[in-house]
Amino acid sequence: MLANTNKRVVVIGNGMVGYKFCEKLIARENWAQRFTLTVFGEEPRVAYDRVHLSEYFSGKTADELALAPDTWYAEHGIQLHLSDPVVHIDRERKEVRSHHGLVVSYDYILLATGSGAFVPAIPGVEKEGVFVYRTIEDLEFIQSYASKARRGAVVGGGLLGLEAAKALLDLGLHEAHVVEFAPRLMPRQIDAAGSGTLQSQLEALGLTVHLNKNTQEIIGGDAIEGMRFADGSALDVDMLIISAGIRPRDELAKRAGLETHPRGGIVVNDHLQTSDPDIFAIGECALAHQMIYGLVAPGYEMAAVVVARLFGEEKKFKPFDMSTKLKLIGVDVASFGNPFAEGPDCRTVTYENKAKGIYKRINITADGKELLGGILVGDAEQYNGLLQTCKNKTILPPDPEDLILGLRGGEETAGAAGIMSLPDDALICSCEAITKAAICNEITNNGCTTIDQLKKSTKACTGCGGCTPLVKDLIQGVLKQQGLYVRNVLCEHFDYSRQELLDLVRINGLKTYGGVLNQFGKGDGCEVCKPAVASILASLWNENILEKDRATIQDSNDRFLANIQKGGTYSVVPRIPGGEITPDKLIVIGQVAKKYDLYTKITGGQRIDLFGAHLNDLPKIWEELIDAGFESGHAYGKALRTVKSCVGSTWCRYGVQDSVSFAVEVEERYKGIRSPHKLKSGVSGCIRECAEAQSKDFGIIATEKGWNLYVCGNGGSKPQHAQLLATDIDKETCIRLLDRFLMFYIKTADPLTRTATWLNKMEGGITYLKAVVVDDVLGIAAELEREMQTLIDNYACEWKEVVENPHLRKRFTHFINAPEQKDPAVQFEPLRTQKRAKEWK
Amino acid sequence: MESIVIEREEITWHLACHVADVPADGGACVLIEDRQIAIFNYARRGEWYATDNECPHRQQTALARGMIGSQGDEPKVACPFHKKTFSLKTGQCLTDAEYRIRTYPIRVEAGLVYIGL
Repeated sequence: MLANTNKRVVVIGNGMVGYKFCEKLIARENWAQRFTLTVFGEEPRVAYDRVHLSEYFSGKTADELALAPDTWYAEHGIQLHLSDPVVHIDRERKEVRSHHGLVVSYDYILLATGSGAFVPAIPGVEKEGVFVYRTIEDLEFIQSYASKARRGAVVGGGLLGLEAAKALLDLGLHEAHVVEFAPRLMPRQIDAAGSGTLQSQLEALGLTVHLNKNTQEIIGGDAIEGMRFADGSALDVDMLIISAGIRPRDELAKRAGLETHPRGGIVVNDHLQTSDPDIFAIGECALAHQMIYGLVAPGYEMAAVVVARLFGEEKKFKPFDMSTKLKLIGVDVASFGNPFAEGPDCRTVTYENKAKGIYKRINITADGKELLGGILVGDAEQYNGLLQTCKNKTILPPDPEDLILGLRGGEETAGAAGIMSLPDDALICSCEAITKAAICNEITNNGCTTIDQLKKSTKACTGCGGCTPLVKDLIQGVLKQQGLYVRNVLCEHFDYSRQELLDLVRINGLKTYGGVLNQFGKGDGCEVCKPAVASILASLWNENILEKDRATIQDSNDRFLANIQKGGTYSVVPRIPGGEITPDKLIVIGQVAKKYDLYTKITGGQRIDLFGAHLNDLPKIWEELIDAGFESGHAYGKALRTVKSCVGSTWCRYGVQDSVSFAVEVEERYKGIRSPHKLKSGVSGCIRECAEAQSKDFGIIATEKGWNLYVCGNGGSKPQHAQLLATDIDKETCIRLLDRFLMFYIKTADPLTRTATWLNKMEGGITYLKAVVVDDVLGIAAELEREMQTLIDNYACEWKEVVENPHLRKRFTHFINAPEQKDPAVQFEPLRTQKRAKEWK
Repeated sequence: MESIVIEREEITWHLACHVADVPADGGACVLIEDRQIAIFNYARRGEWYATDNECPHRQQTALARGMIGSQGDEPKVACPFHKKTFSLKTGQCLTDAEYRIRTYPIRVEAGLVYIGL
């Protein structure tokens, strides 16, 4: 056992920042071989989320607020002592002593003692019914006292004070007053006009706001009965919460002889070392860069800096951006950069909408080029973009007011310019709230030019992954702007674009991933090139995707021919061509769903989705569906999904053509064909367009004389209308053009690129596409049609093949050593009369 | 005074499955002592790996269903849910330093796969 050589780290304080330090330390590999960790906390509870403290009143329990359960500490080998603050640090002997007399020696100390409430010396402040708002204990006291109080007040109109005031209302008090010394609310974040907007919003909620009020005395007997102010006025209240600011908890450090600031705070350097290099201080007890950082984000960053330091890495705590955005009692409030900038070098643009309770202000340089800062109240949607613009000193548009008002007028950005024409504040990754500007900045200034690097540095693409193609385009766009030649290659294993690789695979007749990798790639492949090659192989040969070595190169859904859902179950979507289904088949779907206890929902593509199927049950479910005449709906594949239809001339009094029959025909023709991304289609029986064909990858709309064919439309996150490819054509011509169009797309698009994006990036746009598909300027039309026909001829329902093939079927088990047993981790919750996947943490 | 000797915990080897149960260059999940363990048959290198089946990101038990591959020389697996990738050697998440998974000793003998706990 090597424990005696381990460095002993003592963490004093088990608040949010102290906890974050532990979390970051134990995330390191081999940390336990290098350190032992002891934590002392003053409060009886393990670290909890103080930012959302007010939610304690709206029903959150202390356990739910905890950042990690009590057991977490022991599980990770952390010694935790609660209700036992450290009272003495002996720097000579390198020992700390706790209140209960526990003596622990240390190599390093981390002071994360946080802050306490600052209570001004107002006469009467010691009376019963006067509280602070800092810990769960405080809240418990407030809660029990509130039951017998009618009128409450809060001293301090800052963020915490306003939350406390709202809490008073929630606790059932009849009146809740906010008393602020300054002439406005949240004086550190917003200006007078913003405060005015906020005030009217708060008053609408039932709060009463008093500004410019200096509390002089708290009156009453043993218990508070009222407050008297410097201007002579008074207010009757039964209880009072003081929220007038924070005071760093530096008393222990002071007693240990560490340097502290006269006005509070333990002085630290850029490495967050105190005047004793073995003692660090982080969070609200530390004074870094001459200031106390009273937010949690910089505290977390400080924790990361100290962890890095302990592992011998060079990392400094840099001045931290104090821009904030929060939802305060349901009202958005944000401020960024210098919210109050004024003077001759600065111009201010404001927007106020009293009816809607919105106030916005931006401060820009006199030359109109840079954003200095601003304030948003009531609507903070543009916060991320503005913050990026401000931080990156991005050159502003000619009319900077557009930044807060949005584009007005009918102008539309040219689609062809694609992603580079998006504004900087365009949110690229909405999971992690990452803007175009942030990603471009990483590419330009930090040299992150691959998806993997960007994932690490920005966390983009790490949530749902939906933004990956956009980020890829951004990398290309930025590098192109810098005049760099960009080869659009698949990943580190293949030095080819998808189109190049598709040609090589076709010419060489390769049908396995191993064959393709051995001949044209290097390394062992990855989750990017494997599905891309899988798509190429399927698009070229249309063999069963799970045969040969292809099962393990399929993406999550294709691997088991079903859509993986939260909790690890799958959903099942049988094909219902054109949305037309017989009562008998409907009954079968219902019976199967009942038998396997599945949640059922009608999809947007006119079919029925059955959720919550265990991996083990998939082959049995499909066996029953196939017996009833169903086929795979390929809802899991980058393939044709549905061809939506309106009822058309067979029943509709307006219909001019039989849209359902044509939709069924088109869906039957292209079903199972794999493409770079999913394909959706629609057929409408008249100009009313009830099938929404113009939002599809290919859409067909009936005319008096025949059909109009539209291509490259998109719904989804960036809706785009499909463009007209051909007018008044007959069915046969329509099918022929579709064969060519789809095959051209399949052969030339990048992985995971929808038809709309493919067209947007195509030089010459729709004119060129028309020239190729309709006028055959490249002379490839016959070849495209032939290739499409081969795919159609090779179609077989892949689920039928799996159901009938014991070897393939065997793969649909969760535990290979217990094939009958289902994943015990799968859990459901009731939802209305059905069920849903259990929410993940 | 007594001296305290702490011995290394002994590894117990558990029979997990047949070699043929795990697809080449893919994974499969086994249940050993109530623990879900993902076994990977890294056939391209003739190597075998074993890790937790649960991805720490959203506590989903499906790593065995993920694609394996390499990043540089590092063998890795990608979670089917959100494509967090983990080193098969160390368990460290390669796309997000916050996460890691446990790895287990694995042995292949006479066509049988054993996991050490």
